[in-house]
Amino acid sequence: MFADYVLRHHAMRLDVRDMHLWRGDHHLLRGISFSLQGGQLIQIQGHNGAGKTSLLRCVAGLLPVESGECLWNGVPTQRALMAFNQSILYLGHSQALKLDLTSKENLEFAMGLRQHVTSAQVLNALTLVGIPQCAELPVRVLSAGQRRRVALAQLVLTNSPLWILDEPTTNLDAQGVAMLEGLMTHHLQQGGAIITAAHQPLLAAHPARREWMLH
Amino acid sequence: MNWVWFHKLASPPTAYAFARTLRPWLLWPSLSMMLWAGYAALFVVPPDYQQLDAYRIIFVHVPAASLSLMVYSIMAIAAGIGLIWRMKLAHAVAAACVLPGSVFTVLALVTGAIWGKPMWGAWWAWDPRLTTELILLFLYLGYMALRASFDDIGRADRAAAVLALVGLVNIPIIKYSVVWWNSLHQGKTLSIWGKSSIDPSMVMPLLVMLLAFVMFFGAILCDGLCAQILRRERHAQWLTKQVQ
Amino acid sequence: MSVSGHTLSPFTQFALILRRDLRLAVRRWDQVLQPLVFFVVVITLFPLAISPELSELRRIATGILWVAAMLASLLAGEALFRPDLEDGVMEQWVLTGQPLPWLLLAKTVGHWLLTGFPLVLVAPWVATALGVEFDHWRLMILTLALGTALLSVLGAIGAALTVGLRRGNMLMAMLVLPLEMPVLIFGAKALDFGLQGDVVTGPLSVLAAMLLLGLVLGPFAMAAAIRIGVE
Repeated sequence: MFADYVLRHHAMRLDVRDMHLWRGDHHLLRGISFSLQGGQLIQIQGHNGAGKTSLLRCVAGLLPVESGECLWNGVPTQRALMAFNQSILYLGHSQALKLDLTSKENLEFAMGLRQHVTSAQVLNALTLVGIPQCAELPVRVLSAGQRRRVALAQLVLTNSPLWILDEPTTNLDAQGVAMLEGLMTHHLQQGGAIITAAHQPLLAAHPARREWMLH
Repeated sequence: MNWVWFHKLASPPTAYAFARTLRPWLLWPSLSMMLWAGYAALFVVPPDYQQLDAYRIIFVHVPAASLSLMVYSIMAIAAGIGLIWRMKLAHAVAAACVLPGSVFTVLALVTGAIWGKPMWGAWWAWDPRLTTELILLFLYLGYMALRASFDDIGRADRAAAVLALVGLVNIPIIKYSVVWWNSLHQGKTLSIWGKSSIDPSMVMPLLVMLLAFVMFFGAILCDGLCAQILRRERHAQWLTKQVQ
Repeated sequence: MSVSGHTLSPFTQFALILRRDLRLAVRRWDQVLQPLVFFVVVITLFPLAISPELSELRRIATGILWVAAMLASLLAGEALFRPDLEDGVMEQWVLTGQPLPWLLLAKTVGHWLLTGFPLVLVAPWVATALGVEFDHWRLMILTLALGTALLSVLGAIGAALTVGLRRGNMLMAMLVLPLEMPVLIFGAKALDFGLQGDVVTGPLSVLAAMLLLGLVLGPFAMAAAIRIGVE
């Protein structure tokens, strides 16, 4: 069912070294360091306001890193930002969906800017995330959980080896979380890596999973 | 890297010390030059055969107008350096330029209007120089407003830098368009430099005044830069040590 | 290092963005009409404020048209990037790993097609109400098309700079209007010359040159500003 693409990312490696971030006067991230390789999952935890989202945005390159480094396969991400951005899929709090477009159109436009997608692939992705009936409905009429699933359908479509998922389980029911965990397991099996921030433990029993507390 | 000296100067403590040392060396000579040039302009230089004493205001107007444009260019270039090489000090320099720059612009506008009263019989005429100066003031005001709208100083720096660069590209276009526009309905306005050629005795005080203005701006810039550094580095250890 | 097997053609992306924006516009057509209605309403103000005499209005018709076009473009420009920023689409655009200036240029072209171009098309008809003969429609469309395109580019820079701010409306006008003054000067003069039967190539070519410059450099300014906006 995931047959139409193959991931080959054995050499993939993300290194974050001594990352600091200030928001105004607030010293939010104080010397974060970690590294992540293909097949590995890091889950970041911490109370509200601990800087989980900021950390993910820093890694994705949305926030400028003021001190410290973020290396993608040994190259600072800021130096090869476009190549790095092509290698990641970032799903943030806002789902980046246009309410006036249908689920299918949203996915076609969102993914179409990065890679070739066919209608059939999009429909297949929507089926895999469990909402094939929503393909032709405008996102405006979907429930919050269904909207989240539309956003998660990008995980099926993408070729990017590194997933950065900020609270991917928001609004998902138990089945939805199981579906997400299935997608994540498959990605890790194929040699991809995931860095996520979520309140509930995801893939708690996975051998390559690390948990990390932000204070 | 051969840029070590540059990076060293770009570090806030060095820049702070440098600006504080430099300031008196600019300020006092500039003030004395202003006094001398002011005296020469008022009492030594002969009155103009056409404009009589009214023209003497150019000793303030011309330096102010030159500085207004020069400061904008410095600001935009500093902002560009800050944007491209991610140099915080350059942004601080740009931020320190706005206020003196806009004050010079206002001074040029006000002195232009005062000069215009006896010349044109009105406080304002749509003279190309004055109009350009007015648009320049708008650019400064926009820059200030944009900078003030961001809470985060880093974002304010970069957004303002983009605007300053866009403005810098636009200034020649604005200047050209205004001159072209004005040449279409010439006649009313009197050419400033046209008929009355400059008396040689005027040149020296004018140049000295211009230099004095430049140095005065340098001193003000040192002050502004120190203030910017104090604000931006208020949590830094070197500053705490220095204050103690 | 590109991950995708084959690279996308930049023109595919351009077309995709245009298609998306046109489709969104069709579904929210009321919002597309607003700048157009605004343009006509502003023009109505001038005869009320000055005089109903067509001979008198004809003298200042070009100025009225240009000021109205500028204000309409300014108001429309406010909504250029804001919706996409608010629902997170802009963030994804920044992260596509595709040249952001190119994507934003596509967005600006789409915006001009939806807000600037309709206005250009109605202008010759509206101008007849200001005492301008309809015969000048070709010149009017050409001048206004060049000018409003340039206004869209400059407006897009202003919109990108103010997009992350809560009250960007007035600020955007403050930033953009001084930059747009040359457009006003050359646009109005080109039209004026044409109506008086003079040669218009001078101001028109300056307008075209400025548009080229804007199209080449503008998107880079927009991209830098959008990166700050999504932070």
